[in-house]
Amino acid sequence: MASHGAGYTPQELMVVAASREIRDEEVVFVGMRLPLLAFALAKRTHAPRAIGLFENGLVRDTPSPPSIRTMSDSPNVQGAAWATGLVEVMSLLQRGDVHLGFIGGAEVDRFGNINTNAIGNPSRPTVKLPGSGGAADIAALAHRLVALMEHEPRRLRERVDFVTSVGYGEGGAWRKKQGLVRGGPSAVITTLGVLRFDAGTGEAYLASHHPFTSVDAVQAATGWELRIATDCGTTPAPTDAELRMIREADPDGFWTR
Amino acid sequence: MSNVKIVSMAEAIGRWVPDGTSVAMGTALESLIPFAAGHELIRQRRHDLELIGPISDMLFDQLIGAGCVGRIRAAWVGNVSAGLGHNFRRAVESGLPGPLEIEEHSNFSIALALLAGAMGVPYLPARTLLGTDLLARNPSIERVTGDLVHVSAIEPDVAILHVQRADAQGHVHCWGNLGVSKEAGLAAKAVIVVAEEIVDTEMILSDPNRVLLPPYKVNAVVHCPGGAHPSPVQGHYARDHAQYEEYHRATRAMEGVEPWLDAWVRDLPDRPAYLAKLGERWPALKPVEPRLAAAVDYA
Repeated sequence: MASHGAGYTPQELMVVAASREIRDEEVVFVGMRLPLLAFALAKRTHAPRAIGLFENGLVRDTPSPPSIRTMSDSPNVQGAAWATGLVEVMSLLQRGDVHLGFIGGAEVDRFGNINTNAIGNPSRPTVKLPGSGGAADIAALAHRLVALMEHEPRRLRERVDFVTSVGYGEGGAWRKKQGLVRGGPSAVITTLGVLRFDAGTGEAYLASHHPFTSVDAVQAATGWELRIATDCGTTPAPTDAELRMIREADPDGFWTR
Repeated sequence: MSNVKIVSMAEAIGRWVPDGTSVAMGTALESLIPFAAGHELIRQRRHDLELIGPISDMLFDQLIGAGCVGRIRAAWVGNVSAGLGHNFRRAVESGLPGPLEIEEHSNFSIALALLAGAMGVPYLPARTLLGTDLLARNPSIERVTGDLVHVSAIEPDVAILHVQRADAQGHVHCWGNLGVSKEAGLAAKAVIVVAEEIVDTEMILSDPNRVLLPPYKVNAVVHCPGGAHPSPVQGHYARDHAQYEEYHRATRAMEGVEPWLDAWVRDLPDRPAYLAKLGERWPALKPVEPRLAAAVDYA
């Protein structure tokens, strides 16, 4: 990914933005890719007592070691605070222990619903995507959800073709009507900006754009008429110390370059 | 010795996994994936299998490409570090190399389905999947009251579980992240254990808390060092990331699938031949130093 001459990549900025969503002492459903780095960064900065859960059955109270590609790589087991099964970790999520969950997605819509199952008609999709994994569970059951994705018009769509992971549905009181006991998207962090959601309507708005882009560029890359916060500003850029820590956690740049 | 369950991989697959079997595999998620067992299914040209798992990191994609699979019940099918599973995509999008029926789950719903099977109940309630198209499209998950779904039990015909060590009678030690390995083994009508090491019974019984499931559940024990490569096995070898990338590239076009399967599966008689083909890559994955847990005192 081009660095936009900013001295960091959009992915590095996304890691920093994601890390700032983690508060100290929170229980965080971490997942893989950029959130793994965000958790490691938060642990080393403002949230040293955060706890990380992994759906394969791991709980960590220290950051994952550098250079792992999956949550089940051997180093992620070493020094884990608990090595157990998926049912145990998902049960913690279901009973409400998880403050914040991270997921990725192929498509997101204006109410924060996320699709990772199929593009096109789900019965005969034009693109078959791998599926939910644990994302649908995290979106239903974490107190707050943060999604990370590429910002392109084909990914930020008025309506997604398949709801894998619930956002605010059709808006308003939709989640409650479905029987969902808590939760909903807190932020969607993209390669261009940070979207947040209106507490009443559940509709997404642009809370900040990244320093290397503009409100107009974000709107042009969004598949619906995106509402813009009156105080929409610039996403804070990574500090030198944050960049150093991210590069220590991802020394090959596998996730962030 | 009586009750010896050790058989070869070819015998285990031949006896316990005929055409049309429902098979749980990859139950620990990205580690302990029974690739050697999957490759034997391909060599024996199985058809119409039903594959069951939480996520599948590449193995289901290989079996789909080889034409072994008729149905999948899973939460995710692809290649975790490289991306999409090309064979899974082709099968669902275009019916190639054959039609594929899919029942799509989340990780929690597939885990609860296996747990219900393990508990001997028809379903378990859960608070997940409400409002999703997974719930709308999966007939085995039903919204029954305002805020609960019932997840129907799954009892696989056979679970294939890769583990670190077992004895000849089916006492099994497994450690690291366990995923749904225990639930799948307890729910299944038969269990094939694939072990890195065969050890004495006394060694297993010295640490009963590390046992995965009771020995009477185990029907076959296969000694197959390296049988989970390229997935990692705690204490034995690291994940071989390059193999996932190479497979992903090689199978992007459908014309690449058969040559890959020939080179890495069909033209190799068994696992030792596969490991030999890896050359220097294989020993390089082994841990440099042991990382032993403290001893446990059962006095």
